[in-house]
Amino acid sequence: MAEVKMRVWRGDDGGGDFAEYDMPAVEGEVVLDVIHRIQAGPAPDLACRWNCKAGKCGSCSAEINGLPRLMCMTRMDQLPEGEPVVVAPMRTFPVTRDLVTDVSFNYTMARQVPPLAPRPPEADGTYRMMQIDIERGQEFRKCIECFMCQDICHVIRDHEDNKAHYAGPRLFIRYMELESHPLDTGDRRELLRQRMGLGMCNITKCCTEVCPEHIKITDNAIIPLKERVVDSSYDPVAWLGRKILRRAKSSAVEAARESPAFRSPTRDDVAAPVRAGHSTPTSTPPPAPAPTPAPAPAPAPAPVPTPTEGADTSAPPDGT
Amino acid sequence: MPDHESHDYDVVVIGAGGAGLRAAIEACELGQRTALVCKSLLGKAHTVMAEGGAAAAMGNVWPEDNWQVHFRDTMRGGKMLNNWRMAQLHAQESPDRIYELERWGALFDRTADGRILQRDFGGHRYARLAHVGDRTGLELIRTLQQRAVQMGIDVFMECKILRLLKDGDGVVSEAVGYWRPTGDIVSFRAKAFVLATGSIGKSWLYTSNSWESTGDGHAMAAWAGADMIDMEFVQFHPTGMVWPLSVRGILVTEGVRGDGGVLRNSEGRRFMFDYIPEMFAAETADTEEEADRWYDDHTNNRRPPELLPRDEVARSINSEVKAGRGGPHGGVLLDIATRRSAEVIRRRLPSMYHQFMELAGVDITVQPMEVGPTCHYMMGGVRVEADTEATTVPGLFAAGEVAGGMHGANRLGGNSLSDLLVFGRRAGLAAAEFARGRTSTPAADAAEVAEVVAEAEAPLGREGGESPYEVHQALQQTMQELVGIIRTDAELRRALDELDVLDERARKLSVPGGRAYNPGWNLATDMPSMLTVSRMVATGALERRESRGGHTREDFPAADPEQGKVNLVQRFDADQGYTLTPEPLAEMPAELKALFEEAPH
Repeated sequence: MAEVKMRVWRGDDGGGDFAEYDMPAVEGEVVLDVIHRIQAGPAPDLACRWNCKAGKCGSCSAEINGLPRLMCMTRMDQLPEGEPVVVAPMRTFPVTRDLVTDVSFNYTMARQVPPLAPRPPEADGTYRMMQIDIERGQEFRKCIECFMCQDICHVIRDHEDNKAHYAGPRLFIRYMELESHPLDTGDRRELLRQRMGLGMCNITKCCTEVCPEHIKITDNAIIPLKERVVDSSYDPVAWLGRKILRRAKSSAVEAARESPAFRSPTRDDVAAPVRAGHSTPTSTPPPAPAPTPAPAPAPAPAPVPTPTEGADTSAPPDGT
Repeated sequence: MPDHESHDYDVVVIGAGGAGLRAAIEACELGQRTALVCKSLLGKAHTVMAEGGAAAAMGNVWPEDNWQVHFRDTMRGGKMLNNWRMAQLHAQESPDRIYELERWGALFDRTADGRILQRDFGGHRYARLAHVGDRTGLELIRTLQQRAVQMGIDVFMECKILRLLKDGDGVVSEAVGYWRPTGDIVSFRAKAFVLATGSIGKSWLYTSNSWESTGDGHAMAAWAGADMIDMEFVQFHPTGMVWPLSVRGILVTEGVRGDGGVLRNSEGRRFMFDYIPEMFAAETADTEEEADRWYDDHTNNRRPPELLPRDEVARSINSEVKAGRGGPHGGVLLDIATRRSAEVIRRRLPSMYHQFMELAGVDITVQPMEVGPTCHYMMGGVRVEADTEATTVPGLFAAGEVAGGMHGANRLGGNSLSDLLVFGRRAGLAAAEFARGRTSTPAADAAEVAEVVAEAEAPLGREGGESPYEVHQALQQTMQELVGIIRTDAELRRALDELDVLDERARKLSVPGGRAYNPGWNLATDMPSMLTVSRMVATGALERRESRGGHTREDFPAADPEQGKVNLVQRFDADQGYTLTPEPLAEMPAELKALFEEAPH
């Protein structure tokens, strides 16, 4: 019977290494199936996250042969035959154990997002919205929060310090979703510019490439956001002129001041989230001084983001 | 003081799917210190998998629709075994709950005049499901999650609760569990608890449920002495994927049929026309021509038989396959490719398109899908008071799938998402009121806590025992083969014998490795819930000697009007162990009864 060689990273925040498992090949399987068979056989304590096993919940993100992928949607028969399949945890987040990472950074950043501020409803208490006006927002709401866009984003993948003041692609689409929401009266541009590090993104489109929902993160969210932010900063009159009249918005500064997220996240927020993290103050280990060392280099080339043409030079270079 | 981490709250909600989130939001809004505890990361609960939509009689597509029609559809779909009051509240309140989501940011698909669009589903007389393509559950959970985060509700993620403990007066006071990332013990003391733990499907081999659906809430409520009802009613969704084997059981939304898809056997016949039951004959088309006209004209045509309630469709598929008219992998063919344009299919069913393309290499705009029944939903659960979701144990509330009664013997598609919202909110409200009124300080016996902890930790230190994966697989085989879609006396008795053996095996598990994020250990601690719930399902199924809704007995193929008047109530106490008592259903008021006397057309 044909076999597959699985090279799976095992370890915790203290370090680790790849372990090899030779498993029988089974027709039609995805990587997660093989991981499950490893658990049921040679390594019952092999840690991985999963839930739906159908690409809908975004739990089983990992780096397969060096690229962020959902384990449940990566078919074994689409990986190079005869070569080991290398499965490593997402590099941008601290390792909890084996393939499981501490993704609380994303939940901390989600807490900073000022929520929808809806305009008053119609006389009958409900809203009218046209399908065409919500389609952009619906695109962003397809996000399954696999956090692979955050994982691949070199702003935080390679620079741990940036996490304190960079929301990342997943949150940028959330901001754009609110910005494009037909009911919204809020304004988050100043927040994005000053505290969420929008300017730090230099549009390499790595996030778009790894998105399992094929959301055009860069083209449809980040670039339009950058434009809006720049406009509000440098030419508010022109920006106002383009707004739909009935969408009365408070000024960006006002909105940012009033928003519950006015306080920017601190290093403490990132290291020891109280509410949305899977740890509490009493059980949180001291924050690691540096990001968890990346797993040993995979044989497949590491995904080095390549700057593409047309990088946004009009955006503030450092988000200030 | 305990030597482990502990927290004090007014209200603790266990489970962060739709019902848990909605309950927590309500309790927090009422000023209660609220915590939400969940086994996975926030936003990953099984609600995220719901595809088709949330049923609510808003009347946006068919102005004729109203709560009375929705109520009647729900009761008939549940074979009249539903708690009528829950079905009434559900039908009356779900439109408000949907509009509320819209105020919180949800973006439902729209009608041409900008209202919330509604889609057809099995058993619903009118197009009634508010939806977002075929990813409605994601929209619902994300909206609620964002609302909960914005309100600052404390969320304890990846935290498994093992047991609920009571104070000296029998009021639930403490929940004991552990953090999955570290394995450290943690407990929550609170004035009121809401169970919103979802389903039980992981005891079956082919299921649409995730690893989390181990019936923890069902089991914890039963262990705490709560009444459990209708445990024999497990819904097998008619359309799960069947191939490749590794994806067998993954859900194929009923929306495929709602949007025009039809079921065919290997001979190409639309076999559902051969299985129209008496109860629905008057409102079901008997020719393909009439069925096809219905999509555009509900008024002058009757609905296609593919949109009969799920129990009917699942049984029919089962019969076709048994008769040798199945597809190449033991399913039947679900065809939308020849019925709708590729563009419509991709727009209306994007995640089905994606799922089949990626996992099975099937392009559903060109080829039919092969599908078969998959264990999907638990109608039975904790008995609750309809208006408050209070269980029979003080201080304990239950909402969503863990609660029983709302759906009777069979749930209609689309009624679960609205159930979560309506009863999640009501449970949060009642728990908040209970917490406000509670004067005693919640406290449980430290010795009991220690006992729970010791039991959970035992597999970690034990040498030479069996792997939890082996025992779990044996349980899944047993339930799949003996307590599946069609049941018999002999098989159910064999299942109960097997469960005795599995109970013994589960007491002697060994788990290598440490406490931190150890899935083997996590599974070992899920086994007691799965075994308890499986036993209640098999016991109820053995005692209900008739076929009704999700419960089909080969040896008692007809519905028995007398048994249709009772719930089978199961309860556990330390002296008597598990007992089962038939208890009469609550009497429906005359004005609601009258709704069933009107002609369906």
